[in-house]
Amino acid sequence: MPKLSREGRYAIGFRLNGQEVTAHAPGRMLLTDLLRHVLGETGTHVGCEHGVCGACTVQVDGEPVRACLMLAAQAEGADIRTVEGLEPAAGELSPLQAAFREHFALQCGFCTAGILMSLDALLARIPDASEDAIREHLSGHLCRCTGYAPIVKAALAAQAQLKEEEAANA
Amino acid sequence: MKPAPFDYVRADALGEALEALHEAGDEARVISGGQSLVPMLNMRLARPSVLVDITRVSELKRIEQRKGQVFVGAAVRQVELERWAPLAGLLPMIAAMMPWVGHAQTRSRGTVCGSLAHADPSAELPLALLALGGEMHLRNRRKKRVLPASAFFMGMMATAVEPGEMIEAVAFPTHPMGTGTAFREIARRHGDFAIVACAAIARPDGTNRLAVGGVADTPQAIDLPDPSDAGFEDALNEFAWSLGARDDLHASARYRRDLVRSLGRQTVKEAIACRS
Repeated sequence: MPKLSREGRYAIGFRLNGQEVTAHAPGRMLLTDLLRHVLGETGTHVGCEHGVCGACTVQVDGEPVRACLMLAAQAEGADIRTVEGLEPAAGELSPLQAAFREHFALQCGFCTAGILMSLDALLARIPDASEDAIREHLSGHLCRCTGYAPIVKAALAAQAQLKEEEAANA
Repeated sequence: MKPAPFDYVRADALGEALEALHEAGDEARVISGGQSLVPMLNMRLARPSVLVDITRVSELKRIEQRKGQVFVGAAVRQVELERWAPLAGLLPMIAAMMPWVGHAQTRSRGTVCGSLAHADPSAELPLALLALGGEMHLRNRRKKRVLPASAFFMGMMATAVEPGEMIEAVAFPTHPMGTGTAFREIARRHGDFAIVACAAIARPDGTNRLAVGGVADTPQAIDLPDPSDAGFEDALNEFAWSLGARDDLHASARYRRDLVRSLGRQTVKEAIACRS
């Protein structure tokens, strides 16, 4: 039974975007701060810091999770994916990212990383998610620029593209 | 917006968690999903000196059906109950509710028992506990006790859990054939806190039970006759007034009373229509 006292910093080992990493953090550190401040992975943004805005959403064991509502210590042994892990190869956009650019689904971009991680998880689990399901999924995110319509369009376009690729590979 | 310092204990077994809670007394809080507790920590509305993490306690990760009840362990995530195949057949009210519990991005980590422990007056799972007549299974290192919703919820975000004690599981009763259930909610956006949430049971003997969340400090319930019965509207109206609705940023007291009457009536009718 590991005990982390409030004064210490402790090693936390987990998978981040396919790589095993070990980072040191005090017990009270949030996963957002571990990612950004300790590991320097600043793609994950921090908005409200109490679970409302969705900007910090990452994937933990394949599920979309608010990184600001998870203690860094709770990441021990987890498989974590952030927006840095979305591109299939360096400099290449994933179909979802490309659709966001194509459909102007971002303006200031602050909310984008979180929304990408949420939609990526949804489309991986439910490849033929309905537009309603996509909208419901987006209700966990705040975007103050786009009015959401281009985001829904981009998600549907990415879904069509992913299905096409799936069919071509079948 | 960062938690105040605390000692963190990751329990691997239930006994370890109970010992740690006993040692720390009222300075300790249990954490698993953290979807209600971590916002409180971040805003420093809660400053426990010890957090006992029960996420890895395998005894608490089970969903089990026995003796006409569904037991959901304290470390079972909301998404796990939502995707549990027998849910729609055994607990259709909860199956209807789950998409309204927070957002997909919080159900992925938030636990069923954690939402009950938080006891937000507008939350769906506390409403289900009251509507269905479920029971909270609590224990400390020496003894166990079982409380119904009426004894568990003490007020807004206040429960009967004592220092050194933790929730082990919640038990929801499954209903006999001929029972219908329904759930309806009005919120500003999907996933926002309920302005009014209604859960109804239509029993085989023709009587009905309506539970309402989001209005009073804790969910409240009333037994009602058939909507065609002369006493139905008066009883429902009296119930709506008894909840002591208040004006706030989201809705006026009058709007809430209107919703209790109209949404309440619809929910009872839907439960009756679902009676098999």
